[in-house]
Amino acid sequence: MNKERFAVVGQPLPKIDAWSKVTGQTRYADDLVLPRMAFGRLLRSPHSHAWIRRIDTTRARALPGVYAVITGADLPPVKFGILPVSQDEEALCREKVRLVGDPVAAVAAVDEETAERASELIDVEYETLPPLMSIHDSLAHPEVRIHEYGDGPNIHKLVALQFGDVDAAFAKADLVREDVFYFEGNTHLPMEQHAAVAAWGPDGKLTLWSSTQTPHYVHRLLTKILDVPGAHLRVIATPVGGGFGGKLDPFAHEIAACRLSQITGRPVKIALTREEVFYVHRGRHPVLMWLKTGFTRDGDITGSHIRTWLDGGAYGSYGVASTFYTGVINPVTYKMPVYKFEGARIFTNKPPCGPKRGHGTPQPRFALECQLDKAAEQLGLDPADMRRRIAVEPFTKTANHLTVTTTGLVECIDKVVESSGWRDKRERFGARSAGARKKGIGIAASAYMTGAGTAIYWNSMPHSGVVVRADRSGGVSVLCGATDIGQGSDSILAYLVAEGLGIDPKDIRVHASDTDLTPVDLGSYSSRVTLMCGMAAIQAANRLRTAIFEAVAKKLEVPPGALAARDRKVGVPDDWDKAVPFAQAVELGEAMHGVLAFAGSYAPPKRAGKYKGGGVGPSPCYSYSAAVVELTVDEETGEIHLDDIWIGHDVGRALNPLLVEGQVEGSVYMGIGEALMEEQVFRKGLHKTPSMLDYKSPTTLEIPDIRTYLVETDDPEGPFGAKEAGQGPLLPVIPAIANAVYHAVGVRIDEVPITPDKVLRGLELKRQSKPARIGPDRLPVMQWKEPLVVESAFGQPAEAVVLRPFADPTPRA
Amino acid sequence: MLRLPPFEYLPARTVADAVKYVADRGADAMLVAGGTDLYPNMKRRQFEPKALIGLRGIRELRGVRGDARTGVTIGAMTVLSDLADHPTLLDHYAGVATAAGLVSSPQLRRMGTIGGNVCVDTRCNYYNQTYSWRKAIGFCMKKDGDTCLVAPGSPRCWAVSSSDTAPALWSLGARVRLVGPAGERTIRFSTLYRDDGIDYLAKQPDEILTDILLPPADGWRSAYLKLRRRGSFDFPVLGVAVAARMDGDVVREARIVLGAVASTPREADRAAAALVGERVTPEVITRVADLAAGPSKPLDNTDFTHPYRKKVTRVFVARALRKIAGLPESGASTAEIG
Repeated sequence: MNKERFAVVGQPLPKIDAWSKVTGQTRYADDLVLPRMAFGRLLRSPHSHAWIRRIDTTRARALPGVYAVITGADLPPVKFGILPVSQDEEALCREKVRLVGDPVAAVAAVDEETAERASELIDVEYETLPPLMSIHDSLAHPEVRIHEYGDGPNIHKLVALQFGDVDAAFAKADLVREDVFYFEGNTHLPMEQHAAVAAWGPDGKLTLWSSTQTPHYVHRLLTKILDVPGAHLRVIATPVGGGFGGKLDPFAHEIAACRLSQITGRPVKIALTREEVFYVHRGRHPVLMWLKTGFTRDGDITGSHIRTWLDGGAYGSYGVASTFYTGVINPVTYKMPVYKFEGARIFTNKPPCGPKRGHGTPQPRFALECQLDKAAEQLGLDPADMRRRIAVEPFTKTANHLTVTTTGLVECIDKVVESSGWRDKRERFGARSAGARKKGIGIAASAYMTGAGTAIYWNSMPHSGVVVRADRSGGVSVLCGATDIGQGSDSILAYLVAEGLGIDPKDIRVHASDTDLTPVDLGSYSSRVTLMCGMAAIQAANRLRTAIFEAVAKKLEVPPGALAARDRKVGVPDDWDKAVPFAQAVELGEAMHGVLAFAGSYAPPKRAGKYKGGGVGPSPCYSYSAAVVELTVDEETGEIHLDDIWIGHDVGRALNPLLVEGQVEGSVYMGIGEALMEEQVFRKGLHKTPSMLDYKSPTTLEIPDIRTYLVETDDPEGPFGAKEAGQGPLLPVIPAIANAVYHAVGVRIDEVPITPDKVLRGLELKRQSKPARIGPDRLPVMQWKEPLVVESAFGQPAEAVVLRPFADPTPRA
Repeated sequence: MLRLPPFEYLPARTVADAVKYVADRGADAMLVAGGTDLYPNMKRRQFEPKALIGLRGIRELRGVRGDARTGVTIGAMTVLSDLADHPTLLDHYAGVATAAGLVSSPQLRRMGTIGGNVCVDTRCNYYNQTYSWRKAIGFCMKKDGDTCLVAPGSPRCWAVSSSDTAPALWSLGARVRLVGPAGERTIRFSTLYRDDGIDYLAKQPDEILTDILLPPADGWRSAYLKLRRRGSFDFPVLGVAVAARMDGDVVREARIVLGAVASTPREADRAAAALVGERVTPEVITRVADLAAGPSKPLDNTDFTHPYRKKVTRVFVARALRKIAGLPESGASTAEIG
């Protein structure tokens, strides 16, 4: 495809909401104020594991200014969860609390201070149970049960899949490595704390404004949780001040606000404190990993077997999907002919883990990329050359039946290797650098999905829908359920429709994420939005254009196929003087067809592997990334200073390179935090650092120059060839840092975060001539279930574009 | 969001006003200078004063007077950012300027004052938490409870002295002026603090810290190094202030003061004594650094592990010594500035 063809696509335009954001005019959920609004607050459990024996709200109700106090008894007696297989949550716990922070009651009052005071006046009697605070604890104490369901005592989910004969693959390898890794849990840390306003109107209908990434799933689940018809419920996602996966579940504060509004007849707002956000969590799972991989002496992988233990926290949330994701995406990056994956998610008495940017894949990516680095060293291979050699082939299937379409991995590796001066620095750095400051350089690569191929509930409907309407004013409105969480989905909708209609993105108004007004989009997760709502937007815009062209063609007495739309005009390119201004073209269209409103629908190609579990992992296409990190390790303090990061990202096509670079840089920033300092850890049953001061996340001062190289592979599945950019670029950063630390000082830190303390301990081991490795050395004893054995589909050719539901038969735009 | 508890605000215009308010309201009242630490702590109910006596309006407490020859007087309400780039401090009292410039973030240095930083509450990660968190874990003796959670069985509180400027001022022999109903007095930094996480200030409750008095510079060189996780925001989890009066390349007098490893800044006097009469050679640096690490006895109640903070004490002392001796660094910390 030729870039010059496009007027809007590929241009570094500002986001359509940029001014509103930078001037502080964006109205977030907590900015909403409605007449007669009450303020709500949740009372949360001080115990990590306890029976609730009694709740007495008398004293709280008696406090002047209190409008209502509710407990679980005031809600329909249903359990819920985002995944149909894990219905284990209650908005207000009835019988048992499973973490410090589990909500047990809610208050609505005249102001926040009164609501807080009232919540302290609720008397709850607990009978405490032994808290299980780690994977080891929970497996060692089957007699204490956090939940009664699952695949074993305190085991939420077991997965075992095998594609081909791993033993035979290891037998023919020249080198077989077994390594153990640990990835500490960490949290999303969005700037905006969750908030919701609920208003149950006099018409008996409920409206919920909430900072959610998925108004559709919230809408769907609230009908069940509150027992109201979906038709009487409207969910509006307010602009989201960062989500990263933390605003993807239905939450207690949303449900409590709805019920309190119903009871009080007032709008009710509940805004979480920062500490509550740490308890609500759904962030990165702590994962313990054992990884065994066979290599030939040339560096080819003969087969790989991974075991993962996920510390799930107290509830299911997206955990079953997270468990699969610690295994199923691994074979997408490199040629891996045979693959076996066993995963276990364990319940613990901590905030539930769930999807955080990269959902379940940064942990095994860290393990695999560090192991590759170790193998390359043993085999005497350059780690970059080795990765380049084993990069997955385009338009093939993986061992676990995932379809790879385009891949720019080799080009990404080449870009970062060349631009970083890799070869020279590999020689010069390391032990050869002088003084206490040792320089190192490391590399890693990765792949990530561009949207989950299946919805979280089984259905045959579109994953994304867009309506484009135009009227005689010349104005164009785009309606879509997609939620802009800062990634720029509203802007992408405007760009794509503007491109299709030959107008300026400024001429378009985007109305998004309102379940009354906008077609369903499943939500902002799994890097699905640009591709899925983008494809729907292109289809809708094309349908509108066709209608307008038909009318303009009649007026100009030319065939519709001769027309073009650009520069806010519609006309024949060779006779542009006669071109009709866009507003007039719409008038002609409206006169011919009536109201101009056209819908577009998108659902991904049906490619799920024909085996149980084959629905997790398929995606229309995969993005690829490679990163080189240059850093300095202070051997006296163990401190790590990042000097430079080069990152290549195959985005298919950069619809707006400015936004893509922003997503890449944001991913790199988040990866740096996870690699070096972020950890969601607990002490005496409590979160150790539930504040933005004490939970250490990097500032701008910790971030080096980030040099981003966008690789365009023009994928046949994406809108104008685009793939994802919001999550994938995080993946290579963490192992590239670990590998660079090893290059600098010869110490392997096989667990994140890589703290100065661990570096010093590793150096001390090295001085004592012991293996200079810091990491886990103990694995839980575990009875894995028999794996489902499926033939490996590795290397089978994959069709470029298979039939997509709802697609127009015409060639794509 | 967390809300402030209700309180009465008493704005003082003069030191005399403030002294009177303190005398009138007694233990019900607290002083507020920049408020950057006090207000967040009040939101977490670490303090629940009925009244705050605001010192913002007292003009006489703002500014830096004097010079390096006669000594410098710093008004307690002078904001930290004004000290960080003050020419006299940068040239002659470098440790103080450096320390002031390393407190928290640029915004908070613009609001936070030197008096506030010198008197800043001790910190502990069992204590700097919300009311509901502290209630859930069982209140500690510093607020609402009677045990120490970091050292159960201990009769005293082990919250950590977390001032950056105090070790630097102490190392340069600074004194503070305290004004109370009975008049004023000046005391040395070494007598301003107690090694007790709760009762960490030796000033009388009715005294107000009004000025900090730095002696003539008189050949003293100084440096301050701070250990923290990030280049901004974070309180020190180790501070190393080194000051030495040099005669040519021979040390005539020296002080080494460690911050954030006890409930008070801690003077490493044996280490300082080992410097006197010596040239600052690599051998002397090693010996002094080893001695200085002795008094560093951190506990597990801040960021980083406490064995790590202990280990790094030696490295930071050595680096601070190299700095004042003008020797090349053997690998400077990323947290080091100035």
